[in-house]
Amino acid sequence: MGALLEIGTMHYVALSLVLFLIGVVGITTRRNMITVLMSIELVLNSVNLNLIAFSFSHGDLTGQIFAIFTITVAAGEAAVGLGILVAFFRLRQTTELDKAAELSG
Amino acid sequence: MEFLTAHGQAIFFFLFAAVAVAGALGVVTLRNPMYGAVALLVSFLSIAVLFLLRNAEFLAVVQVFVYGGGIMVLFLFVIMLVNQHQLMETKKYVDNRWVAIGVCLILGVVLIQAFMPAALSDPASTPAAFTDVDGEARGNSEAIAWLLYRQYLMPFEIASVFLLVAMVGAVVLGRRE
Amino acid sequence: MRLLWLIPVLPFLGAFLNGVVLRNRVSKKGAWMVACGSILATLMVSIYAIVGYISSELYANHEAFEQTVYEWLPSGFMGLTDGSFANLSIEMGFLLDPLSCVMLFVVTFVGFFIHVFSVGYMDHEPGFQRYFTYLNLFMGMMLMLILGSNFLVTFVGWEGVGLCSYLLIGFYYDEEFPPYAGRKAFIVNRIGDFAFLAGMFALVAHFGTLNYQKIIHAIEANPLGVQGEYVLGLTFAGFVTLALFVGATGKSAQIPLFVWLPDAMAGPTPVSALIHAATMVTAGVYMVVRSNALFQLAPEIGSVVAIIGALTAIFAATIGLVQTDIKKVLAYSTVSQLGYMFLACGVGAYTAAIFHLMTHAFFKALMFLGSGSVIHAMGGEQDMRKMGGLKEHMPKTYWTFLVGTLAIAGVPGLAGFFSKDQILAATFGSHKLLWVVGLVTAGLTACYMFRLVYMTFHGKFRGTEEQHHHLHESPPSMTVPLTVLAGGALVSGYVGIPKLGHFDYNFFDHFVGRSLAHVTDHEPHHASVGVELALMALSVGVALAGIYLARKYYGGDKGLSEGEKWAARFPALHRLLVNKYWVDEAYDKTVVRGTWSSARRLFSFDSKFIDGVLVNGSRHFTVAMSLLSGFFDKYFVDGLVNLVGWVSRRASHFFRGLQTGLVSQYALVLVIGTAVLVVFYVVRMGS
Repeated sequence: MGALLEIGTMHYVALSLVLFLIGVVGITTRRNMITVLMSIELVLNSVNLNLIAFSFSHGDLTGQIFAIFTITVAAGEAAVGLGILVAFFRLRQTTELDKAAELSG
Repeated sequence: MEFLTAHGQAIFFFLFAAVAVAGALGVVTLRNPMYGAVALLVSFLSIAVLFLLRNAEFLAVVQVFVYGGGIMVLFLFVIMLVNQHQLMETKKYVDNRWVAIGVCLILGVVLIQAFMPAALSDPASTPAAFTDVDGEARGNSEAIAWLLYRQYLMPFEIASVFLLVAMVGAVVLGRRE
Repeated sequence: MRLLWLIPVLPFLGAFLNGVVLRNRVSKKGAWMVACGSILATLMVSIYAIVGYISSELYANHEAFEQTVYEWLPSGFMGLTDGSFANLSIEMGFLLDPLSCVMLFVVTFVGFFIHVFSVGYMDHEPGFQRYFTYLNLFMGMMLMLILGSNFLVTFVGWEGVGLCSYLLIGFYYDEEFPPYAGRKAFIVNRIGDFAFLAGMFALVAHFGTLNYQKIIHAIEANPLGVQGEYVLGLTFAGFVTLALFVGATGKSAQIPLFVWLPDAMAGPTPVSALIHAATMVTAGVYMVVRSNALFQLAPEIGSVVAIIGALTAIFAATIGLVQTDIKKVLAYSTVSQLGYMFLACGVGAYTAAIFHLMTHAFFKALMFLGSGSVIHAMGGEQDMRKMGGLKEHMPKTYWTFLVGTLAIAGVPGLAGFFSKDQILAATFGSHKLLWVVGLVTAGLTACYMFRLVYMTFHGKFRGTEEQHHHLHESPPSMTVPLTVLAGGALVSGYVGIPKLGHFDYNFFDHFVGRSLAHVTDHEPHHASVGVELALMALSVGVALAGIYLARKYYGGDKGLSEGEKWAARFPALHRLLVNKYWVDEAYDKTVVRGTWSSARRLFSFDSKFIDGVLVNGSRHFTVAMSLLSGFFDKYFVDGLVNLVGWVSRRASHFFRGLQTGLVSQYALVLVIGTAVLVVFYVVRMGS
């Protein structure tokens, strides 16, 4: 119990893992495209959290730099992803993921 | 009172960790994406606080600005743009959701028990590492800046190009014919 | 000489043309021109070859001319009875030496004239072209037989003439008897052939070759080699000669295999003349003389040969005495004269045997053709009791026939006298008892032959009115050959005048004697002049006695009455002779019935067991197996195939599920993949 209270890297790793898995569940489970995109963001965030924790434990700023880039990429990806979603919506008038089964067969 | 002061970090950590998890669950669970977006925002903000706990002040702020102010706003715009009415009638989850959940649980269990032998805590590192520039204490942002524009200039430039491309792509995708 | 191979080929060519190429496409004239032409050509080539040989160096050196056309059976390596090894190679080759020269001349000369005779004789018969085809084929085969340079080529001819004999005896195949007679001839012959083959096998196993020259040289070099103990208590030479002789009895109608010859008279008369008088039946004699090297070294078998020859001679003569069919008389006469030839061989007088063969060919062929002329005039009638007084109607036939009869009776001056006398003289030297038999037979011969003449040509005609009207002399195509052969019967004896002291002009003996092997020091007995003359006088006397008897009972105008009275005096004997000593009946009861019953038994075994059990059994078995196989195929093999299909379908069904196009599913797969990798990595790191 005492060890649990002493916040260390492992706590962050555990949290990161939990958030990651929740995000993955969201990606693979939800029908709504927007929700899926949001879950992706969640996953990226969990990775950031991990990076920060380890950066702290190593005493190296490199992890934080990396996290910056992660955020950058996430932003760009979110923008493009939503663009695709909008385009798809204009085409199909729906955001249901199951309707986007063009790759079937 | 001593408890609070002695374990302040732990309290903050667990509190905001819980909120983050709650928010995450909300994203994944709520039917209305609008609510989900809000839950996500809350989760982001909690994560920002958790960043602070690890002496990543700059990043915490960036998190709030970019994720909260930028990405979530974008999400909300798009949510409002897209008609969600019919979505309310259909199913929420994909057919094989239990497979997904199962796999994730298994993965989680495996990873947890793989890492648990590792030490739960490690010696706290000096905050100095995150604020010093060439020996002088400047602040986290400055420290990052010094690192970013010198050692990691190349990735920085590439990132900017990437953002340009993403922007163009988004514009192209979002155009009305 | 080098054209030797052409001699058998020309008749075959004639047969081929008539039988295959021109079949039913030429007129009668075309058919006989081809046939007679081929034999005439053969005759000319033969004379040319003979002359060539006699004037050659080979002849001067007492050597034979051998021509190998091609290597027929290169059989290769074989082990011999004495343990050594040889390379057996049988060639298709021909041999020309004095012996084969004589045979060649006889066969082609007589054969040609018989062909000519047939043109007239067969004019009204159906199957004209077929007849000449078979006749040519026969000539070719006979020539192969005589000219063969080894036992196997001779054997081919041997079988071939047997075949042609069958074909020609059964020529009138729409009647019932001729095919039967043909079969009988062939089958009886075959029994002899079996023995011949056994002899050949023994020869091959001992010498490693069947070539005459090689075998003779081998025997001359080592006479004792063939006199060792072999089988059945016989020496090697004894076994081989016995085997060959049994073969000869089949072909040359001696006891015990003579029964086919009288029945062979069912064939057309020229066939009887050619095959069953002059040529084919003499093949046995030829073969024995060819093998004289072995016979000289097996005197015990020589005795057997002589005894059988003599026995056959008298036996057949007695039967001939009571026959009423003109051709049957001549047939038994042939058997009897062949007996003389074998008697000669048996006592070692091989040249005498060949001499008699030659003279017999002339006068017997002459008489058969003469009888053919008679039968032709009588419209097919062969029973002498219905003839009589024909000499007025057919003078040419009569006079030529008479010449033949005088010759066979052994009247001096004609051919038969010289040849028969030579045989009797030789026999007298070694087997007195057999000489007596031969002498008595000579008497009987004269008797029955003149009986035939008196019954047929003298006295009053006994036939029907219709036949009487029909009587006419035969056309020249038939009378000319008769005349020619009569000439031969007259003069052919003079080449073999016996040696009387210093008077040695026996050309024939010297000529053919070159063909004999020199394996023993045995010099033929040369009796003194006095004995010779006495013997000659005796045989002449016996002949005259026979003629007298014939005249007494059948001559002049007596007709049949006297003959019947004579027969009535010895009823039992007469019955015995008329029924031919019941030999045919005896054979029928034993051999023929036995063969039929065992054939029937075998047939029933075959149909019940082999067909019933084995064939039907295997049928059932096969059906069962196929059912089993089908079952296997249907359930197992097809099942396997179906299984593959089923697996494919299920697998594709499964994999189709992977291609839904559902993004979340793809994401899930991705996650699962990653999870697997991570777990794997973690586990590895852990261990």
